[in-house]
Amino acid sequence: MSAEENLATYGKCNNPHGHGHNYALEVTVSGQVDHSTGMVCNLVDLDECVRTQVLERYNLENLNFLEEFGVTVPTTENLCIEIFEILQRRFAHAHLERVRLEETMMNSFEYAGGNGAAK
Amino acid sequence: MVYLTRKAEFSASHYYHNPDFTPEENQRLFGKCNNPNGHGHNYTLEVTVKGEVDPRSGFVVDLKKLKEVMNREVLDAMDHRFLNKEVPEFFDHIPTTENLAIAVWQRLHPKLQQARLHRVRVYETPDLFVDFYGESD
Repeated sequence: MSAEENLATYGKCNNPHGHGHNYALEVTVSGQVDHSTGMVCNLVDLDECVRTQVLERYNLENLNFLEEFGVTVPTTENLCIEIFEILQRRFAHAHLERVRLEETMMNSFEYAGGNGAAK
Repeated sequence: MVYLTRKAEFSASHYYHNPDFTPEENQRLFGKCNNPNGHGHNYTLEVTVKGEVDPRSGFVVDLKKLKEVMNREVLDAMDHRFLNKEVPEFFDHIPTTENLAIAVWQRLHPKLQQARLHRVRVYETPDLFVDFYGESD
């Protein structure tokens, strides 16, 4: 896009110095309850996976400098898809249903895979 | 498919009354909500649209435009209004939160072009909300 088109499309978000958000991430997994543990999956495993694979990668980083956002614009739509795909590759203890990402208290985004439906 | 939700808040007043019912029936069915002087709520509206991410912009929909449509079609008409007397949908429909969610859907659906409307959620109080997905049956 031209400089003018970028400004028209992104407005204040086009400031090259960047800006921050306090994102809130919700990860939903599904599965049958294990009879011996009473759990769908161990939350400790889920927490560990989200922490190491997502939070350590993105927390307090400038997203534009990361490889996955080298050519892809780090909109919350694209960040939501990226996090879903990371967790789908890395979390094997339950089925990943959905990732929901709040950019602000007023905006949120959900991705449930290619043709998934929001719940 | 990505789902995007935008919230807005508005305040409005209403009361519940069906002219086909007797005063006693209205009172029994609607209780305190039948007071013709009305009462107010701080509503929270959540509008969810869905679509594929545009590869050039990275957006499902331009949030500024969605906000403009929500402001123009819903908030300008309903914020700080007495729904029964000032919003045409409720001249002959009871302004329950159910009917409010449907009215919001009907106002927004024809005005959204870039992304498809998926869900309208209206919170009447933090403990009570209604979802409408546009189904006709």
